[in-house]
Amino acid sequence: MQNDTIAGIASGMGGGIGIIRVSGEKCLDIVGKIFRNKKYVEKYLKNNEKKNIIKCKDKEWNTKYFENKETYTIHYGFIVDDDKIIDEVLIMLMKGPNSYTKEDVIEIDCHGGPYVVQKVLQTVIKNGARLSEPGEFTKRAFLNGRIDLSQAEAVMKVISSKSDFALNSAIKQLEGGVSNYIEEIRQEILHNLGFIEAALDDPEHYDLDGYGDELAKITSGEISKLEDIIEKFNDGRMKSEGINTVIVGKPNAGKSSLMNLLLDEERAIVTDIAGTTRDVLEERVKLGDIILNLVDTAGIHDTDDIVESMGVSKAVDYIENADFIIYVVDSSVELDEADDRIIDILKNSNGVILMNKTDLDIKITKEQIKEKLDWDCIEFSNETGHGLDELTEYITNSFLDGNVTYNDQVYLTSMRHKEAVESAIVSLKNVVDTINAGMPEDFYTIDMMDAYKKLGLINGETASEDLVNKIFKDFCMGK
Amino acid sequence: MSYTYESYDVIVIGAGHAGCEAALASARLGMKTLVFTVSVDSIAMMPCNPNVGGSSKGHLVREVDALGGEMGKNIDKTFIQTKMLNMSKGPAVHSLRAQADKKEYSREMRKVLENTDNLTIKQGEVAEVLVENSEVTGVRTTSDAIYPCRAVIMCTGTYLKARCIYGDVSNYTGPNGLSAANHLTDSLIKLGIEVRRFKTGTPARVDKRTIDFSKMEEQKGDENIVPFSFTNSPEDLEREQVSCWLTYTNKETHKIIMDNIDRSPLYSGNIKGTGPRYCPSIEDKVVRFADKERHQVFLEPEGNYTNEMYVGGMSSSLPEDVQYAMYHSVPGLEHANIVRNAYAIEYDCINPVQLKASLEFKKISGFFSAGQANGSSGYEEAAAQGIIAGINAARKLQGKEPIILDRSQAYIGVLIDDLITKGTNEPYRMMTSRAEYRLLLRQDNADLRLTPIGHEVGLIDDERYNKLLKKEELINKEIDRLNKKTIGARKEVQKLLEENNSTLLQSGTTMAELLKRPELSYDILETIDEDRPELPDDVKEQVNINLKYEGYIKRQLRQVEQFKKLENKKIPESIDYDEVYSLRKEANQKLKEFRPESVGQASRISGVSPADISVLLIYLEKLERTKIGG
Repeated sequence: MQNDTIAGIASGMGGGIGIIRVSGEKCLDIVGKIFRNKKYVEKYLKNNEKKNIIKCKDKEWNTKYFENKETYTIHYGFIVDDDKIIDEVLIMLMKGPNSYTKEDVIEIDCHGGPYVVQKVLQTVIKNGARLSEPGEFTKRAFLNGRIDLSQAEAVMKVISSKSDFALNSAIKQLEGGVSNYIEEIRQEILHNLGFIEAALDDPEHYDLDGYGDELAKITSGEISKLEDIIEKFNDGRMKSEGINTVIVGKPNAGKSSLMNLLLDEERAIVTDIAGTTRDVLEERVKLGDIILNLVDTAGIHDTDDIVESMGVSKAVDYIENADFIIYVVDSSVELDEADDRIIDILKNSNGVILMNKTDLDIKITKEQIKEKLDWDCIEFSNETGHGLDELTEYITNSFLDGNVTYNDQVYLTSMRHKEAVESAIVSLKNVVDTINAGMPEDFYTIDMMDAYKKLGLINGETASEDLVNKIFKDFCMGK
Repeated sequence: MSYTYESYDVIVIGAGHAGCEAALASARLGMKTLVFTVSVDSIAMMPCNPNVGGSSKGHLVREVDALGGEMGKNIDKTFIQTKMLNMSKGPAVHSLRAQADKKEYSREMRKVLENTDNLTIKQGEVAEVLVENSEVTGVRTTSDAIYPCRAVIMCTGTYLKARCIYGDVSNYTGPNGLSAANHLTDSLIKLGIEVRRFKTGTPARVDKRTIDFSKMEEQKGDENIVPFSFTNSPEDLEREQVSCWLTYTNKETHKIIMDNIDRSPLYSGNIKGTGPRYCPSIEDKVVRFADKERHQVFLEPEGNYTNEMYVGGMSSSLPEDVQYAMYHSVPGLEHANIVRNAYAIEYDCINPVQLKASLEFKKISGFFSAGQANGSSGYEEAAAQGIIAGINAARKLQGKEPIILDRSQAYIGVLIDDLITKGTNEPYRMMTSRAEYRLLLRQDNADLRLTPIGHEVGLIDDERYNKLLKKEELINKEIDRLNKKTIGARKEVQKLLEENNSTLLQSGTTMAELLKRPELSYDILETIDEDRPELPDDVKEQVNINLKYEGYIKRQLRQVEQFKKLENKKIPESIDYDEVYSLRKEANQKLKEFRPESVGQASRISGVSPADISVLLIYLEKLERTKIGG
C-alpha cells in the first residue's frame, strides 16, 4: 500500500547526527534526484574553486539510482540542492514492504547541525515530498499492519515526547515496565475471582467464610498500588524533562549555596549554622543543554531534632531514587564519620564529588576521598564559581555517554492508561463497598471483573472496539 | 437388502433429554418429525441422578421452559421434592432443584411425545447418516431401512460405542444395561467428523430398608414451592414431598479408596476417556482434596415406585468388592444392600468446535447435533441444546435465520458458545461461573429474557406471550411508582427501620432508595407503603430484585454493552485471513479453522490473543472505510 510521500526529521534536535526519514510512493525518486554518490561528486568537484558547487549538475546522474539497489543497503554520498552541496550523508534504503511503514523508506543521516538538517529536509520537500504530520510514519506503519495497537501507541509516545525523560519512559512502556506492574495486580484480581467462582460452584470444598474481610484488605492494597501509579503519572509529567539530581553532603558543606548558584537566586535558606536546610528543596534548573530536577537534601548526620531527622530519612529515599548525585564535600575540614555514613549510602549510586570551598585552606585531597568513594572529583568554589563549567560539562557528558540512566520506576505516560487505571480504582472501590455493605459474595465479582478488564486495556490484554475507534480518531484518521 | 421407507423433514437420533426437546420443538414448529430410540421404554430416562436442576442447571431448565420447551413442565408434574438452593447468596445464584420420580418423569415425557402432532416415535438404531454433496439426505438403520429426510439431529447421549466399567470388569452396553449404539461412530468418521471418547460415572443405588437414617441429617423440601415452568402456579403443584438425607465419608472410607486406588480403572489406565472435573468420582475427590477429612454424601430417593436410593457424591468405577467396603464405611450405610453397583461409562462423542452456533455441523448442511454427544454432561445441558437444535433444524427447512442466543442473553447461549468456540476436553458441565453476566441471567427472569424469543419462534402461544407482556407492564409500573414515592421520617417509618436494624431517616427519601438497603426488602416495606397495589408474587420478586440491585445491574448492563460491541462486529464470510497483516501465525490458523462469525467469538478462541483482535478490528475498520470511501 503506497501513499503520497512524506518526510520529516526522525531524530531529536541537537546531537551529532540528524536523520531525515522519507516514506511513500515517490520516495526513491525524490531522494534519487537530490543524492549524488562520491564518484560523481569527486568527478565534478575537480577544478572547482568553490568547493561546494557542482557544475554540470544534470549531466550523467541517474536519478533512478536507488531503483535497482537492494533493500537494507547503505549508500555514502552527498545531498545537493540544485548545484550546491548541502551535506555529506549516509542513505539507508528500506524498500517496502520490508520497512517500518511497509512503504519504500529512505533515511538520510546527515552530519550537520540543526540548520543543515532543516536544509536537507527542505530540499526533500522541494522535490516532491510533503512534510509529515506528527506521528504520521507510525500512523502508516499501523494502518499498513506493520505494528499492533499497543506498539503503535508506545511509538506515538516516543514521537510526541517533548523530552528524553518521557522518551525513556515511553521506551520502558514498550519494554513492559508498566505492563508488568499492572499485570501483577491483574493476576491477583484474577486469582481471587477464581477463588470466588470456585467456591460458588463447589461450596462443599471451597469455604468463603471470612473471605470478605480478607478480600477487602487485598483489594485496598491493590487500590493503593494503583493510586501510587496515578500519583507517579502526575509526577512523571511534572518531571517529564530532566534528570533527577540530588545534592548531598554534610551540614554546611555548601549544598544550599551550590543549589542557589545553580538556580542563580536565593531560594534555599542558607545560614552558617549547620542543619538549617530542614527539608528537601526541589527545583528545576537548566545546566547547559540538560535539564536537572535538582533536590537539595538536609545534611545527613545524627540529630535529635525530629523535623530534621525526617528530612534526613527523606534524603535517603531521594538518593535511592536519584539518577545522578552531586556529593558536596567541604574540603576545608577533614573527613569524619558523617562522611563515612554518607559514602556508605552513596556507594551504589552514580554521581560526582564536588570538592567545595577550594578557596579556603584545603584539608583533604582528591585521593583521600576517592579511596573511599570511586567517583570523579571536581574542585569547586561556591564563592568564586570556580568549577561550575567543569561540573556542567561533566554532567552533560555523563548524560550523552549514557552513564547517567534514569531510575527504574514505572511511569504511566498516556492519558488513556491513566483513565484506565482510574476507572479500575473506581471498580475496586465498589468491591470494597460491596463487601462492607454485607452483600453476598457473588456480587464482588462484577466489579472485580470490571477492574480486571480495564487494567487489561493498558497492556493490550483486553481488546476493545472503543479503543480502536479512539486510536483511529486520535491519531490515525484525524483529517 | 436395504429398502426406502417413509420420508421426513427432520429425523432425531435418540430420545433422551436432548432428543425429546429437539423432536418436540421440530414437530411443534410444523416439521414432520421422526425420533429414533434404542428402546421406547427408555424415553427421557434418567440413568444417573434422580433430580433436575441445581446450581446453574436450574437456570437452563427455566430457560428451556421460557423458550417453550418441555423439561420444566415435565419435572413440575413428577417431582417428589423441590428446593431453591443458595438462598443465602445473591439472586444470581439462586437455583431451583427438584427430585424426580424417575419412572414418572420418563412416562410423562413419553406421553407428551406420543401425543404431539407431526411426531413419530420409532424403536431402532441408526447406523448411518446419509449425506450427498455435503447435505443430509436421510438415515439408514441397522435393519437396513433408509429414511429420507432433510435434516438430522444427532442426540445419541452416552450410547455411541458405550462401555460400562466396574473396576476390572466391563460390559459393552449403554447406561443401565441398555444396548449401545455401535455403528453410528463409523458413519461419523466416514463423514470426516472428529470423534473423541469421554467418560462419566454414576454411584450405587442402595435399598432404603437397609439404611440407618438416624445417623444422617434429613434434607426436607421447601414449603413454598417454586415451579420450574412459568406456566405453573405454586398452588397447583402442592403435594407430599419426600426427604433426602445427608451423611459424610470419613477417614476409613478414604483409606479403603486409597488402598485400592490401583484397581480403579481411571488410575490403572483401563479408562481412556476423559472424565468430568466438576462431577468427579469419589476416588477423584479423595485424591484431589487429600486434605479434606470428609465429603458430603446425599441419599436421594429414585422415586415413589421403588426403595432404591441414589448415593449422591459417591460415583465410582472401583470394583464391586471395594464398593461394598467403601459404601459400608459411611455412617448409616453400614448394612446397606447395594441394588445396583456404581459404574463408569465410556462413550464416543464429537468435538463440538465442528458445529456452528445453530448446532449444525459447519461442513454438513442439515446435520445438527445436541446433548451429551456434543461433549456436555447433564440432563439439563442436553435439553438446552436439544431445543435449540430442534428450533434451528426447523428454521433451516423453513428458510429462516437460526436462533442464536448470545452470552448476555442466556445460560443456553453461554453453554453453546463455550462448546463451539472453546471446545471441551471433558464432559462440559454448566456452572454459574461460566456466565459472565449472571446477575442479568437469573433463573427468576428467564421468561422476561426468552419468552419473547420463544413466541417469535412459534413455540410460545399468544396467550402465554400476552401474559408475559402484562407481567412486564406491572413490574415497570410498580418500579416507577416506588421511584417516585417519597417517604418522610414519620413515626411508623422510623419504627419499622428500627425494628429491622436500619439507620433512621434524617430527611425524606424515596421508597426505591429505602429498598436498596441490604437489610430491607419490598415485603418488609409493605406496612409503610399505603398505596401499594395488589400484585402477584413473581411481579413483587422482580420489583424487589431490580430496585435492590439496581447499581449492580446497571454496571453489568454496561459490561454487556461492551461485549455486544465486539459481538455485533460481524466478520464477513469472505474474509481472507492472510490479508490481515501482523496476525500471529497461530491466530491466523485458528481463525481459518474456526471461521468465527463475529469478532466477539473470535476473541474467545484459544490461541487468538487480544493483540490479534486489535489487528482484526483495525483490518475490519479499514475494510469498512475503504468501502465507504469507494
